[in-house]
Amino acid sequence: MNNLIVYCEIEDGVVADVSLELLTKGRSLANQLGCQLEALAIGDKIENIGSVIFPYGVDRLYILEDKRLAVYSTLPHSSILINLFKEIKPQICLMGATCIGRDLGPRVSSALHSGLTADCTALEIGEHSDNKANKKYENLLYQIRPAFGGNIVATIVNPDCRPQMATVREGVMKKEIQNENYKGETIKLDASKYVGDTDFVVDIIERHIEKSKINIKSSPIIIAGGYGVGSKDGFDLLHKFAEAINAEVGASRAAVDAGFCEKERQIGQTGVTVRPKLYIACGISGQIQHIAGMQESSMIIAINNDPNAPINNIADIVITGTIEEVLPKLIKYYKKNSK
Amino acid sequence: MSLKIIVLAKQVPDTRNVGKDAMKADGTVNRAALPAIFNPEDLNALELALQIKEENPGTTIQLLTMGPPRAADIIREGLFRGADGGYLLTDRAFAGADTLATSYALSCAIKKIGNYDIIISGRQAIDGDTAQVGPQVAEKLGIPQITYAEELIGVNSESITIKRRIEKGVETVKAKLPALITVNGTAKECRPRNAKLLLKFKHAKTVSEQINLDEDYTNIYSSRPELILNEWSTKDVDANLEECGLSGSPTKVKKIENIVFHAKESKRLGASDDEIEELIVELITNHTIG
Ligand SMILES: Cc1cc2nc3c(=O)[nH]c(=O)nc-3n(C[C@H](O)[C@H](O)[C@H](O)COP(=O)(O)OP(=O)(O)OC[C@H]3O[C@@H](n4cnc5c(N)ncnc54)[C@H](O)[C@@H]3O)c2cc1C
Repeated sequence: MNNLIVYCEIEDGVVADVSLELLTKGRSLANQLGCQLEALAIGDKIENIGSVIFPYGVDRLYILEDKRLAVYSTLPHSSILINLFKEIKPQICLMGATCIGRDLGPRVSSALHSGLTADCTALEIGEHSDNKANKKYENLLYQIRPAFGGNIVATIVNPDCRPQMATVREGVMKKEIQNENYKGETIKLDASKYVGDTDFVVDIIERHIEKSKINIKSSPIIIAGGYGVGSKDGFDLLHKFAEAINAEVGASRAAVDAGFCEKERQIGQTGVTVRPKLYIACGISGQIQHIAGMQESSMIIAINNDPNAPINNIADIVITGTIEEVLPKLIKYYKKNSK
Repeated sequence: MSLKIIVLAKQVPDTRNVGKDAMKADGTVNRAALPAIFNPEDLNALELALQIKEENPGTTIQLLTMGPPRAADIIREGLFRGADGGYLLTDRAFAGADTLATSYALSCAIKKIGNYDIIISGRQAIDGDTAQVGPQVAEKLGIPQITYAEELIGVNSESITIKRRIEKGVETVKAKLPALITVNGTAKECRPRNAKLLLKFKHAKTVSEQINLDEDYTNIYSSRPELILNEWSTKDVDANLEECGLSGSPTKVKKIENIVFHAKESKRLGASDDEIEELIVELITNHTIG
């Protein structure tokens, strides 16, 4: 049986949220396909990791342990996936679009000549027909992502190559435990059968793990600035307002590229996905890649000097005016009325 | 110690400047209206290569780019900043390539150039943000990769040590050479064009570009062969056509949909003091803020 496998990212014995989100999505795709959901865990001293993974509805967990696998490194992990996939032939492999998944996925897909789609915003199952070759395919993975060139979304398929591989950013899929008592099978594999000594030609000399000071994902209110904010000074104003109402500051890629604020604040397809109670978009035009990361906000307020900005279409409240004019007023009247 | 470096660079549409003029009425972008630029992180990659060259006299840098004939601009830009030469990989057979077919073509060209120590590219290209081509090229060449590079710590004829920035912090890693490095936008910015080099390489052209020049110019290429930019097709790099372009791409675009957002019933406000204050009071009263 060709199953669906999720590569689980593990740091210090903790499974990354994005992996649990993908297990959740993987479970529902596997149900649709009528196949099993499998998970792969690589590390050191992770024999109990199943207690975290099985509740997501995992039927089979592969564990590979080795002291040398304690910290992620490209070549050993690639070799494990490549060799294991040749054996178990999964039809689909999902991984997080993180620094690890984006380092590992392409390497594995190249070795197996299987297609890989980055930063998917939706995954579905469907059919496909290739009219030229007169072939029909059932139950393919639809890898859906915005594409460059306007408000367009592309559906990508890998008709002939396996596994069909896709990466997804953290926060795009929802994480949901299927059943606390779900018990699958654990298969411990002998790491030395999958990794060779030549895979250890890269030494990790030093690691500095620092918790990022910026965490916009869990903030109930986000004030996001775009290119229309105009400058770093403009962003200072956003920060001032954010501080007053206890919000976090987010940004569009254009604002990040322009150097107005940190990359960690980028919201969208290739940034963070957020679902706050309130999203205030300041000087953001509302391109599809941005909207992909914030459209599920409960309430959206758009401030833009262009009354026809696309963002206005998804906003609950539209303020037509310049940031320079509107923002100071918001701060002023908040201060006046908040006590 | 002299090293041989190949820098991978892509010409991309300037996605940062999709102004209103570039938007068509149906909401798609008129690509032709966008300027073509040197992919920003590939410039960071070039800078890293130039830094290695400065510290290790005798080191050479070759640029490799795949694209339409006008992508020869990328090689010239590299020469203006201190690269030693370059290769343009151009052939209709490459069209429609996904990342895997692209990395196959690039790896064929790299094998043809041969005898390299370090391959450096940007982390990702702004028209796709996939970050896949670097690692795929490394796999096809069977060499280690260091992604997300931010700073060069050291290099010798055996190994390279790089500080990489990842979401969890920073990591310093050392890889045996040959190796492939992908460079982050947070790394050192690329130096500007050098005026002398600009003068020297202004007329550097591929053979197909030379055809369109006046007679007077063409003879400079026989006396100054360094001005001839290499232009390679699938044949020149011994690429298997099956693995190139559309046919070599496992991923297929099934469909492209134009997303139309149906305007919500939104409340429209102006920027007057009264309207803003009323809104704030409403948000406070219904506990949305404060
Ligand atoms: C592969 C890929 C991935 C991408 N990933 C992302 C992503 O994750 N996140 C993301 O955000 N983008 C992403 N993008 C970029 C995206 O396509 C847009 O280019 C970007 O979102 C535009 O940012 P913006 O709205 O801030 O800038 P612009 O489109 O330039 O819009 C600026 C807006 O500000 C308004 N404005 C100007 N001046 C003022 C003023 N004084 N007061 C009020 N309003 C003003 C203008 O009317 C306009 O609506 C990606 C693109 C590609 C190709």
